Amino acid sequence: MSKFKFAMYWAGSCGGCEISVLEIKEKILDVDANFDVVFWPAAADFKYKDVEGYDDGFIDLCLFNGCIRNSENEHLAKLLREKSKVLVAFGSCAATGGIPGLANVANAQEIKDLVYRDNPSLDNPEGVYPQERYTMPEGELELPHMYDTVKTLAQTIDVDYFMPGCPPEAHQIATVLDVVIAALKGEGPLPAKGATIGVAPKTCCDECKRVKEEKKISSFRRIWEFLPDAEQCLLEQGLICMGPATQAGCGSRCTTVGMPCRGCYGAPEGVVDQGAKMLSTVASIIDAPTPEEIAKIAASVPDPVGTFYRFGLADSLLRRARV
Amino acid sequence: MSTNGSNGFEPRLIGFLCRWCSYNGADLAGTSRLKYPPNMVPIKTNCSGRVDATHILKALQEGADGVLIAGCHPGDCHYINGNYRTAGRFPLTEKLLEQLGLEHGRVRLEWVSAAEGDKFARVVTEFTEQIRALGPLGWNAQFRDESAEADTAVAAKEAVPA
Repeated sequence: MSKFKFAMYWAGSCGGCEISVLEIKEKILDVDANFDVVFWPAAADFKYKDVEGYDDGFIDLCLFNGCIRNSENEHLAKLLREKSKVLVAFGSCAATGGIPGLANVANAQEIKDLVYRDNPSLDNPEGVYPQERYTMPEGELELPHMYDTVKTLAQTIDVDYFMPGCPPEAHQIATVLDVVIAALKGEGPLPAKGATIGVAPKTCCDECKRVKEEKKISSFRRIWEFLPDAEQCLLEQGLICMGPATQAGCGSRCTTVGMPCRGCYGAPEGVVDQGAKMLSTVASIIDAPTPEEIAKIAASVPDPVGTFYRFGLADSLLRRARV
Repeated sequence: MSTNGSNGFEPRLIGFLCRWCSYNGADLAGTSRLKYPPNMVPIKTNCSGRVDATHILKALQEGADGVLIAGCHPGDCHYINGNYRTAGRFPLTEKLLEQLGLEHGRVRLEWVSAAEGDKFARVVTEFTEQIRALGPLGWNAQFRDESAEADTAVAAKEAVPA
């Protein structure tokens, strides 16, 4: 029997999602037993023109990680959509914009100005900026067109499933691969289209083993300022922990080792805007006698966008800053 | 919404009003025959503390030019301390919106009791004029299909002989 076809692509991402797939350890043998890799720039030498030559729907499973940052990302997203039967927005960047989505506080020109002109450690006396096209004697070279607004994969193409996480946890990847392999073999159903897969019910808070009591905080602290208590809820210690507004599935790995949750698993089921929900939560548990004092403490959160939308700005209600 | 204002712009405002105080304040303004601009769509909430930042963002994203939240005076909350939550959420939401490039004053928090029909009318009048001065927000107007710009680039490339 011929094997199923597997593809993985990185758009605007760091490459951590590729590593997380290898982190499934011996399970990778199951992948090899069931799939032929037909496209995976990080691991195998295929060219874009190979993909262009495939029939529509040729790829059985495509794990697409990374956000849509430029024209190349968008082109590949559209191409892989045509060629894939099941396409998964894999990891935070593809699902909700991820860390690169924070670039939506600026536009492309502002980012280029910072990187190529204003950065204090820069040595660029002639003010050279990257050009989208450059003519050499051998021909014209082209760079992708950088967008002003980072987009999620679902803002670009039709997505079958969403698998959040930065990166998705190995045990969740293994579970999802089992389900997909069984479905491809006709031994089981696929989840409903549009489902978030590779997650657990409820929130990160629910998975967290720390001792939780009534939440009342009189000031916010940051993780470098003190050594948190090993048992007590981090939010109760004044750290902004995204656990209450984050989908479960990671096994609360960060809070277990004393790091507040940063929210990479995205909004829990039923929540429209993760950052707004967490902002409302945090501001509600401030303990001070007067509205003025409460307001002062609330406004002391240093960077609301970076704190509450660390992984989800591109997928939030407002999506970006107005510049 | 008609566009026959002095500068051709009629602000579209959303007001989240607590049902125990501010909504009754609005009723009092009406039964007292006080005049104030018709630009604000009132939405009755059980408490100003029920207003999540999500509601404010959703209103702005869907076309509101400004959002008013009005609740009971501190100490008067029907649910004891709901408006203390509002007191914390509001400045943090304001700070978030400022980071996202909104002008200060697009959102406003006021304490309006059931007896303050006159204050309600004054707040809505002031807020309408404040937003009129700021101009339309038009949040979604900034989004465009950037792939079209890239397609032009690709077409130009294909026109070059190999």
